[in-house]
This record gives sequence, C-alpha cells and structure tokens, in this order.
Amino acid sequence: MTNIFTRRGAMALMASAAIAVGSPGLADEWKPIKPVEMVIMAGQGGGADRLARLFQTIIQKEKLAQMPFLPVNKGGGSGAEALRYLKDKQGDAHVIMATLNSYYTTPIQTEIGVNIEEFTPLARMAVDTFALWVNVDSGIETIEQYVEAAKAAGGSWRMGGTGTGQEDSLVTALLEREFGISHTYVPMGGGGEVATALVGGHIDATVNNPSEAMSFWQAGRVRPIALLTAERLDSMPGVPTFAELGHDLEYYMQRSFVAPGGLTEAQQAYYVNLLQSLHESEEWQTYARDQALLTDFLAGDELQAYFLSEREKHREILKGLDTPS
Amino acid sequence: MEVLGLLADGFATSLTPLNILIVILGVTAGLFIGAMPGLGSVNGVALVLPLTFIVPPTSAIILLAAIYYGAMYGGAVSSILLGIPGASTAVATTFDGRPMALQGKAGLALIAAAVASFVGGTISVLLFTAFAAPLAELALKFGPAEEFALVLLAFTTFVGLGGDDTLKTIVMICLGLVLSTVGLDMISGQPRLVFGDIPGFYAGISFLVLAIGVYGVGEVLYTIETARTSPAVSTARLRMRDLVEGIREMNKMWKTMSFGSVLGFFVGMLPAAGATPASLMSYGLARTFSKKPETFGKGNIEGVAAPETANNAASTGSLLPMLTLGIPGSPTTALLLGGMVMWGLMPGPMLFIEQKDFVWGLISSLYTANLAAVLINIALIPLFVWALRMPFSVLCAMVLVLCILGGFAPSQKLHDVWLIAGFGVAGYLLRKADYPLAPLVLALVLGPLMEKSFRQALISTQGDPMIFFSRPLSATFMVLAAIFFALPLLKMLRQRLSKRPAPAE
Repeated sequence: MTNIFTRRGAMALMASAAIAVGSPGLADEWKPIKPVEMVIMAGQGGGADRLARLFQTIIQKEKLAQMPFLPVNKGGGSGAEALRYLKDKQGDAHVIMATLNSYYTTPIQTEIGVNIEEFTPLARMAVDTFALWVNVDSGIETIEQYVEAAKAAGGSWRMGGTGTGQEDSLVTALLEREFGISHTYVPMGGGGEVATALVGGHIDATVNNPSEAMSFWQAGRVRPIALLTAERLDSMPGVPTFAELGHDLEYYMQRSFVAPGGLTEAQQAYYVNLLQSLHESEEWQTYARDQALLTDFLAGDELQAYFLSEREKHREILKGLDTPS
Repeated sequence: MEVLGLLADGFATSLTPLNILIVILGVTAGLFIGAMPGLGSVNGVALVLPLTFIVPPTSAIILLAAIYYGAMYGGAVSSILLGIPGASTAVATTFDGRPMALQGKAGLALIAAAVASFVGGTISVLLFTAFAAPLAELALKFGPAEEFALVLLAFTTFVGLGGDDTLKTIVMICLGLVLSTVGLDMISGQPRLVFGDIPGFYAGISFLVLAIGVYGVGEVLYTIETARTSPAVSTARLRMRDLVEGIREMNKMWKTMSFGSVLGFFVGMLPAAGATPASLMSYGLARTFSKKPETFGKGNIEGVAAPETANNAASTGSLLPMLTLGIPGSPTTALLLGGMVMWGLMPGPMLFIEQKDFVWGLISSLYTANLAAVLINIALIPLFVWALRMPFSVLCAMVLVLCILGGFAPSQKLHDVWLIAGFGVAGYLLRKADYPLAPLVLALVLGPLMEKSFRQALISTQGDPMIFFSRPLSATFMVLAAIFFALPLLKMLRQRLSKRPAPAE
C-alpha cells in the first residue's frame, strides 16, 4: 500500500509542478479520445448533480477539454450503483466520478465489494455546507422552538433526506444525539426531491445543503434555523451557526472527482490539470460564493490521505450512532 | 390578462428570424434523433448543449426545447414502423402502432401520432401559459401517498379490461413487478436479485431493454414464423386520401386526446414520474373507457393517439417543475437545467419574477416548435413509410441490428444486449401463449415508483396505512382505482345474470 502512495505522491507532485510552472506539456501527454462519462453518485436535482452539470457546462463553454463530458446519474442505493460501476470500469480513463461523502460511508455499510483505495483520486473541488431547514408555515424560527416541536411530536417529526446511511441521515443522527430528540427519517431520491417535499409539507424538516434550498428560501417558503459550519456564511446573512448557539455540531460534504483504478500517470495528470483550470474559472468561483460552497482545492496524494482520514472519521461516527434505518 | 401581454412579448422574442430558423433546425434534428432507437431527446440535447454557448441564452433554450419536442414526435416513428420503441416515451405507441403498420396502415398510424402529438403539445402549452404558477403549487401537494395512489390507478386500468384474460394480465403485472425489484434497493442500498453477483444487474433492468426485447426481437421472431411465405411485410403507401381520412378519424377522438393531454401534463409535472408513465396511463385509461376495449393491442387508432398526446403533454409538463422549482421532471430537463445554470439563470421560484423575458420567450417558442414539428413530421411521413417497402428479409435484419444498437447505446453494456435476446425469446413464447405484454412493460416502468412512494408514505406515518385514505387527492385516486378494478367483475356478473334466464338450459 505504501508503494501505491509514494507512486501516487510522485504523480501528484509532477502534476502540481506542471501547473505551477505552467509548462505546456509533459513528455507523455495524454488526452481523451472519446467523450468522457461523468458519473454522479446521486439523483437529479441534488447538490452533487447540479455541481457536476455546472462543471460540464463550464468545461464546454471555456473549451477546457477537446472532448465533451457527459453527466450520468447513478444514484441507486446511496451511491452503491456508481461505486460498483466505477470498480467495473477499472483501467478505463474515459470515466470520472463526482463524489459525495457516501464515497466512504456506503462501502462501510453495504457489502458491495468496493475498496475506495483502489480508485484514482483526482481533485477535491469544494466542501459543501449543511443547514437545518423548516417550512415557514411551521412558524419555527429558533433551534429552541425546533427542539420543542420535535419533542411534542414524540418521534413522529418527519425528517426528509437522501438514502439511509448517507450524509443527511448522519446529520440527523448528530442532531438527535445533541438535542435528545427523535425523528422519523424519510429517505428520498435526492436533495432536490427533499427540498420540494419540505415546501409541499410532506416532511417537517430537512438538512439540505444551502444550494438545494436557497431559491425556496429567497421565495419565502423555507427557513434555515442554523448552519453546521464553523463560521457564518456570507451568502446566508443572519443565519447563526450551531457552534455560536452553544452546540458543537459541524459537518461538511466533500465534492471531489475520482477515476477508476489503474490509470496511468499521464491520464491522472490530465484530469488534475483540467480540474485545476476549472477551479480557477470565474464562473465556478462566482457560483460557489452564491451557493455557500467553500472552494478548497486538493489533489493527488493529499486528496487520497484526506479520503482515508475522512473514511476513518465516518467509521467512528457510524459506530457511535444508532443510524436510523 | 397580464399573461397575454407577457406572452405577446415572448412571441416578439421567439419570432425573430434567428429563432424561427433555430426552431426548424432543432425540430428536424430532434425528429431524427427521436426516431433512432437508442437515441432519445437526452442524447440530442447533450450533443447540442455545447453549441448553445454561441447564441444568446433565450435562443439556446429555444433550440434545446425544439430538439426535445422534435424527439417526442420522432419516437413514435420507429415504434410504429419497426415495432421498436424509438425512445422510452414511445413504448406505449408500439402496442397499437405496430399492428396498424402490419395491417398496411402505417401511414394512418403515423398521421395519428403526429396529430395527437400536436394536440397534446398544444393543450399542454395552453395549460402551461394560463396556470403555470398555480399548477406548480399543485405539484407540491403531491406527496408519496398521492404518487402511490396514482400509480395504483394506472395498474387497475390495465387489469380492468374486458378483452384480455384478467388472470393472465395479473400474472404479467406480477412478473413485471418482480423484474422491477432487481438491483440496488433505493432505501437501504442493499443489492436485490442480482443472481449471485452479476454486476450488470446492480443498476436494475431498464424497461427500454425489456420493451426492445419483447416488442422488437419478439416481433421479428413472430413475424418470421407467420410470414415465412409472404416476402413483403406490408404494402404501405401513403396517398393524400389517407391524410384526409387520418384527420377525420382524429376528429372522433377528441375525448381521448383532451383527456390524454391533461393527464399527460399532470403526470409529467410530478418530479418522480415523467412522460413514459404518463403515456402508459393514458393508454390504459383510453382502453378502459373505450366501447371496444378488445380491439386495443390489435391496431386501434385510439391506442396510438392516447399515448402520443400524453407523452407530448408530459414533456411540456416536466418543464414546469424545472423552471418553477428547479427540479427536473426528466433526464432531458435535467440537462436543460444544467444549461440554464451556465447561462446565469437560476431556476426556481424566483425565475418567473426575475427573468420574465427568458421564461416567456421559452413558452412562446413551445407554440412555434409544436407547429413546426407537426408540419415537418407530416411532410416526412411518405419517406418513413417508403422505408417499410423494403423486402422483408432486409427489413428483418435491419430491425434486429437496430434492436441491439438501441439496447446497447444508452448503457453501453453488453449485459443489456444479452437481456434483450433473452427477453426477445421470452416475449415470443409469451405471445404464442396469448399473454398480454403491455402489462409487463407497464409494471417494470411503474414498479420502482410504486415501491418507493409506498415505502416513503408508510415510513412517514410510522406504518399507518390510513395516509392513503385520509388525504383528499390520494383518497380520490384510491376510490377510482377500486372502481376500475371492480368494473370488469361487475361486467362479467351482469353478463352471467342476463344469460341465466336464457331458455337453452
């Protein structure tokens, strides 16, 4: 395993060196020769989906690549479908995958024969944030009112979210532990579906990413109660963090790209370079600012180390929690 | 009245020479993309998306919408001519379209499909124009309970039929439901029925693969057996008379078509449903309310008109949640959504307020796209029909090639090609044994939706099934479903009762 790491480390160094110097190309330069499939580990309309489609259009508009990138949703089974697909595509350099945190949680929870260490890490584009949302008709404005309402409902308080064991259910479980409340967790197809279900009153609360619920908030249909971030967000003025309310609740979602295992160094470097230019594009930076995303770029070896430490962190969280099922 | 003013402004945008040209190009391209099995509006929109950055955003979305519309029309073409659904949304069109073609009435069927698509498109755009905002609110009221009740209703329209053997229909629905559970469980993420560990089954069985298998391949096998001696499969010709007759026939179907349009529009609006379930539901309902349900599946022109009105209406309907809620109602609208984000337009409740020009330019272009599509389509029908006059031996091989291509293209997995072959043989045998195939396809399309909404509804009430009856919309659907299910039984009972006093005994 250490072997792999050092080799990957070398690759990443080469890649970042190439970027830093801005040299036009490595000796064994590689380019895709057919359209690249961009697998999304989630359903349509959610945060991951919106982001992947945004990247696709920026790549095309700015002509960052010669070949088009075609987004494909494989959201089945909390991303298990996508992970399994990527494993079966071993060595295929014309597939990349947009990840969520279920990149590490799903293989821990289900027996799908996937080890993420075998995949090729490309780059982390952003860290997404979470907030607790309610329908404005509920009249709930503060976390105290929320806890009171959830307690009064006695377990029948409906929390909507993505698949069981995925980020939303983890955040729900964290909330339950912190406030001593319980929810009825209703799993849905994707963040977009969850946000509309809240507006339609089919559920009582969500832990949507801000980008998923932002437009409903602007339209006065839903209300954020508090953020699960360390600091307040510029794009969400007036919304407190749980930390400042005296509750130690913080959780983030990584938005990265990975490729199947068995890629050559040149292939990996191609994608890292591409994603680096994407990271620097004006459109992406503007979008991220408006949608409360933190754009911390990370690539290669560092990214793999980050993935593995996050996986351990999630293993701990999952162990310590009665994840809703 | 404010709406009319806004629409007039919209037409001012969409009727510029550039935009008219774009609509015509888009519709024609869409028509051919839709007519190719395996290529649907998703592929068309994906291919053209990069081109749209060279024109202004309004023109760009008009181009994409035109392709989307054109593909909806085109899907019917190969369903009718070859018996292979040209797009997933045209599966129901094969049920009666293909038998019509075999009877030499391909031209009539194509005209029926084109006119029905036009009617569906037009009625739905009118609904869209007049009630966009209140309808979006209605879509929000649709929770898991309503979804489940609606799907159940769709099933009962297929069970409650006079023509087919009711028991065989139920067996086929059950078989379809079993097939629909293959793959990863949506709620727990566990793999189900993957036959050991065959990777291809993890993604589930696509109903398009099933439809191509049982209809495309199964049909070829069946025709080889029955038409071994006669070399020409059909003597299809199209004369002006057919066109006139077609339009006269369509005149009798106002009820079916208006119903199909409204139904299609509503089902299309629901984020989880879309055009394919809409067309199947419309087909089932047309059959239930028909005076001669036994002629469905054997070349009834209403069986072509019903799904075609509904799928076009649904394609308009699915634009609504995308624009007003930012939730795409179909894979194609998801791509459109991506484009909009790139052009700096944020779909959602604020779009209608902040981007009036864009929204109304798009809506008005739906009118022009629809008109252009029906005209271009009818003009091309002679060309399509001509293709049928090929010798059977050539056509037969071509159909098989298209079946394989059409099954392989969307997923690019050889696994699906094997499935098509298997389903083809199974479909042929089932047909020989007189099992209806439409309920099988219906069950595979609606099964996942039904399971998901059923489980979600029960989870949210902690297992209390009263949720299906305590909400007004879902209760209405449930009662209707019960009536539809009971109808054939009552009919049978009445027939028995009226027979009893007969003197023969």
